Amino acid sequence: MQLNCPMPKFDFDVITLGHGSGGLLTHKLLESGVFDLFKNDLLDQQHDGASFSLSGDVSFSTDSYVVTPIFFPGGNIGDLAVNGTINDLAMCGAKAKYLSLSFILEEGLTMEEFWTILVSIKEAANKADVKIVTGDTKVVEKGKGDKVFINTSGIGIMHPKAKIHHNNIQTGDKIIISGQLANHGITIMSLRKGLEFETTIQSDTAALHDTVMQLLDKFGDSIRFLRDPTRGGPASVLNEIAGLTRLGYQLHQSALPIDPQVEGACEMLGLDPLYIANEGVFLAIVKADVADEFLSALQQDSNGIHAAIIGEVTNTNTGKVILNSSIGGQRVVGFLPGEQLPRIC
Amino acid sequence: MKFLSEYRDPELARQYFEEIRRVTTKPWTLMEICGGQTHSLVRNGILDLLPDKITMVHGPGCPVCVTSISVIDEAIHLAQKENVILCSFGDMLRVPGSSKSLLEVKSAGADVRILYSPLEAVQLAQQSPEKEVVFFAVGFETTAPANALSVIQADKLGVTNYSILASHVLVPPAMEALLSDPENKIDGFLAAGHVCTIMGMEEYYPIAEKYKTPIVVTGFEPLDLLQGILMTVMQLEKGEYKVENQYARSVQREGNRLAKDSIGKVFTIDDRQWRGIGSIPQSGYEVNERYKKYNARLKFDLNIPLAEENKACISGDIMKGLKKPVQCPNFGTLCKPEHPLGAPMVSSEGACAAYYHYSDKNN
Repeated sequence: MQLNCPMPKFDFDVITLGHGSGGLLTHKLLESGVFDLFKNDLLDQQHDGASFSLSGDVSFSTDSYVVTPIFFPGGNIGDLAVNGTINDLAMCGAKAKYLSLSFILEEGLTMEEFWTILVSIKEAANKADVKIVTGDTKVVEKGKGDKVFINTSGIGIMHPKAKIHHNNIQTGDKIIISGQLANHGITIMSLRKGLEFETTIQSDTAALHDTVMQLLDKFGDSIRFLRDPTRGGPASVLNEIAGLTRLGYQLHQSALPIDPQVEGACEMLGLDPLYIANEGVFLAIVKADVADEFLSALQQDSNGIHAAIIGEVTNTNTGKVILNSSIGGQRVVGFLPGEQLPRIC
Repeated sequence: MKFLSEYRDPELARQYFEEIRRVTTKPWTLMEICGGQTHSLVRNGILDLLPDKITMVHGPGCPVCVTSISVIDEAIHLAQKENVILCSFGDMLRVPGSSKSLLEVKSAGADVRILYSPLEAVQLAQQSPEKEVVFFAVGFETTAPANALSVIQADKLGVTNYSILASHVLVPPAMEALLSDPENKIDGFLAAGHVCTIMGMEEYYPIAEKYKTPIVVTGFEPLDLLQGILMTVMQLEKGEYKVENQYARSVQREGNRLAKDSIGKVFTIDDRQWRGIGSIPQSGYEVNERYKKYNARLKFDLNIPLAEENKACISGDIMKGLKKPVQCPNFGTLCKPEHPLGAPMVSSEGACAAYYHYSDKNN
């Protein structure tokens, strides 16, 4: 869905320090842009915060977004910031309901860029059926930021059947990935200065909560663990839980779903796709006897077309992640030392 | 993926393992020269599947690992100069010099940039006329042509604020240094496919002959390595010592004429200090007389005192094939990728890094 939101007439072509002053310019910017665009009953109260009542168990999560470049094939920092927090909540087993939205803008960001970001935030929120209910805008001097940084926090309602915790993982459980690996990271990398190479790969940024809620309806506590492998990729997620659970996590190289272009880029740059960031992919650990059914249900969903069972939990090699190479050898997949590529999300 | 999956075929790999097992009757020690080969062997789990009689030792072919501590000190000295932009391949940043690494001086405010090609550094020099742009030209024969081209390009464009800090090292003199070491245990070599793609195979015939050691030019994919190992073992079992080419899809006997020409235009062969190994005569490239105004050492009148290597690091023994990374008392304890004692633990081609990341012998 493409929103038809013509850019309102702003007094300036670019963001200036005055837009963060709290004074007239801030007021005008919010009045003519933000409040109209995100209009909803809670935001319209125009308080310092949003007040509402919720019943039952909720999840609460926050994340900051500093990706550079801010526009990339498949999305921009705006929809990334909405989907990212929605997904963090979904991984807890919650369906996002309300989001906060805070900007740190760098002086000189064009109004056109800012508007494009605002519109895609609105589109992503509409699509995911979440409301932006409170927010903040600050402006820093030129050179003190990088165009725009966004923070979103979110509150979501827990699915009644969700029992997602690494403590529930057991030997024999299957490791499932919901989509192709490394698309987001390689997309960003292909745009970075000095690294420009041509691909048709797009970022996979997407909200995953509807997919996850449907799976929870069907499989309940057979879903032991969920995590979106963003920075550091699935290798980092699995190492983290291997350390916590003291179980072994075995992967099969030949089962990993990877787009040939992404695989080629990784070969060329000497990167391991297991460590590269994803934005619309989740890793699930599920009870073995529902794994096949879980997989086929996931593959019916537009977020899970490329889903695959990529490994299993073992009681050997405890505390470690082991990859069975396609030629029959084995290796340890360890933690990544340092950064593979900074500012990816 | 086309041109990759063919060289990772599990059934063919199984057949190679079986064949290697069948022909091996005596214990042999083989050295793969290149760090890229070391990583492929470890990452694909090949080492554990080879017969016990075959010992693979890991050669000095990791440019970051063999770059001497003094050269890193030179780069750090340049990076800290007020108007200098120091450009480098990413790998070099975390390698410790005598007191700090480039990454540390970058964090403290030095202008250090990671580039993928030296030609970008020439562009950067054009865009920043008020700055001096220095490219840290590290590597074996493989990266030398591109570094040479950057100098030729800068000269053609009349770019005067560009220079390179050359620290090129050469494979054949290092092989001779290893083979003439009284402690040498190497029976055969897998030569580095990429180096030979540039330089060809001519330099290796006299070495194979003089030291009666088989040399098989080998690629980097699992099947390349398995075939290279099989070819070397077959020669050893028959008592032969020939130079053979496993990596024929990339390597020609005479190498790449154009690349060699550009090296010849810009560089001259010089003695070179190797980290952990010491000085090897005629084992590196330095910018020649004709292009001396692009030599950062002369341009900035560098005179950095020779620094001592960290005595706790046994990288020399590892790169000579005398010890394995896990035999180092500091492996995985005092020395880890996040706080390395020596370069082999940080470089993406370093043997210690390969063992640390991919094998379970690090706990």
